[in-house]
Amino acid sequence: MIIPFEHKSQAHCESGVTSNLLKHYGLPISEPMAFGIGSGLFFGHLPFVKINGVPGTTYRIYPGQIFKNVCKRLHIKSNTQRFSTVEKGMQQLNENIQQNIPTGCQVSVFYLPFLPEVFRFHFNAHNLVIYGEENKMYYVSDPVMDNKCTIAYDDLAKARFAKGMPEPKGRMYYIKEVPHNLDLDTAIKKGIKQTCMFMKSPPVPWFGVNAIRFLSKQILQYPQKLEPRKATLYLGNIIRMQEEIGTGGAGFRFLYAAFLQEAASQTGNTNLAELSQVMTSIGDQWRNFAYNTARICKARSSDVVSYSELSAQLNRIYEAEKKFYTQLANVY
Amino acid sequence: MNIEEAPQHKRDFKDGNTSPQKVLYVTNADGSYTQTNSDGWEVENIALQQAWEEIDLQLEEEKQHIKNGISSPIAYYMIKNRMDIGILAAYVGKWQWQVKRHMKPAIFNSLSPSLLKKYAAIFNITVDELKSIN
Repeated sequence: MIIPFEHKSQAHCESGVTSNLLKHYGLPISEPMAFGIGSGLFFGHLPFVKINGVPGTTYRIYPGQIFKNVCKRLHIKSNTQRFSTVEKGMQQLNENIQQNIPTGCQVSVFYLPFLPEVFRFHFNAHNLVIYGEENKMYYVSDPVMDNKCTIAYDDLAKARFAKGMPEPKGRMYYIKEVPHNLDLDTAIKKGIKQTCMFMKSPPVPWFGVNAIRFLSKQILQYPQKLEPRKATLYLGNIIRMQEEIGTGGAGFRFLYAAFLQEAASQTGNTNLAELSQVMTSIGDQWRNFAYNTARICKARSSDVVSYSELSAQLNRIYEAEKKFYTQLANVY
Repeated sequence: MNIEEAPQHKRDFKDGNTSPQKVLYVTNADGSYTQTNSDGWEVENIALQQAWEEIDLQLEEEKQHIKNGISSPIAYYMIKNRMDIGILAAYVGKWQWQVKRHMKPAIFNSLSPSLLKKYAAIFNITVDELKSIN
């Protein structure tokens, strides 16, 4: 059984899957729109959550939130399930396909043979759509791939039930019913408000704009606290989270700028168009930061001056983003 | 970032695979956003290269440790599978301190066949391969 499903390659997995699923049901929601309404933008730096010995940095919200928020804010009926066993999880996926329901799955990239090896780490928050099954071979629309792919039962089962944070536990999600009319304006407003709140309000240093300042202070200490090999590894991970495939560039900042632009023409609010331009320049700042960071990584440098320059550069991004979310919050 | 600035720096990884292309959001000359394809960016390539070089380095270190009787092959295969102790312990269904113990050669040699089989399955190798590191 193969469901006719249109694959479109997108920048980011979860907003891409959400957009592609909605289009399947006739709702023309672009990827930036799904990302913005779903409040996908974020920043977090968690020095105590180490992945392969390196502190975690994120530029996006927790997995699953984008799809959930978009459905809630556009009054789309959806269902999300997790499973206690592999058999139940695969059985339910098969039943969905039999019922013509393309289904989103949270997976680990480590077990996806169609991805180049270079990307295959234990990153468990990837998303793709399963739209068919024949003789234990599953048909996949993965937004970061140029074309549709296939995956064997065993690989898909491993990917869906991978261990380690965030554990997918076979999480799958799909759309049950879509409304006749979409109130995009209200959904845009809700999405923006939540992003502003998440970026501005957290009273702890590890989340929101404060985390950008926090990371900039951490970087300052790297040359003293860490041996050069470790310090450059820490830096390298920041770049990977920011620029690796699936971010749309500059840690999702360009994706968000694209959303604001589309939101401006949808709502007729010119403030949003201006703020889109501000976000674009913030994205460019992040790109410059990544560029300078990579130079240090390549030189394997532990030169204190270059680390303090990097830290200062990141602090300027903090200032810019802080101002940005205050302005954005004032639009509504 | 303007559409003309979208970098086209192909990855140069050992498997030679340069697909897929990356989708980037960029601005046209009139400032409107659009999707474009990128072969990659040297900045990202450097960071990826570095992560893989680190794995190779750690594998060499573990080989030495095994030779010197400090580590068991579990330490080596854990890194080969890009895992850390937390992830490996979750797969084995043991506490982290137990997995750490299994990385000591003396303890490793006394592991039950069923546990060895479990480790081998997680690393997608045979028990014989688990006992050697080539």
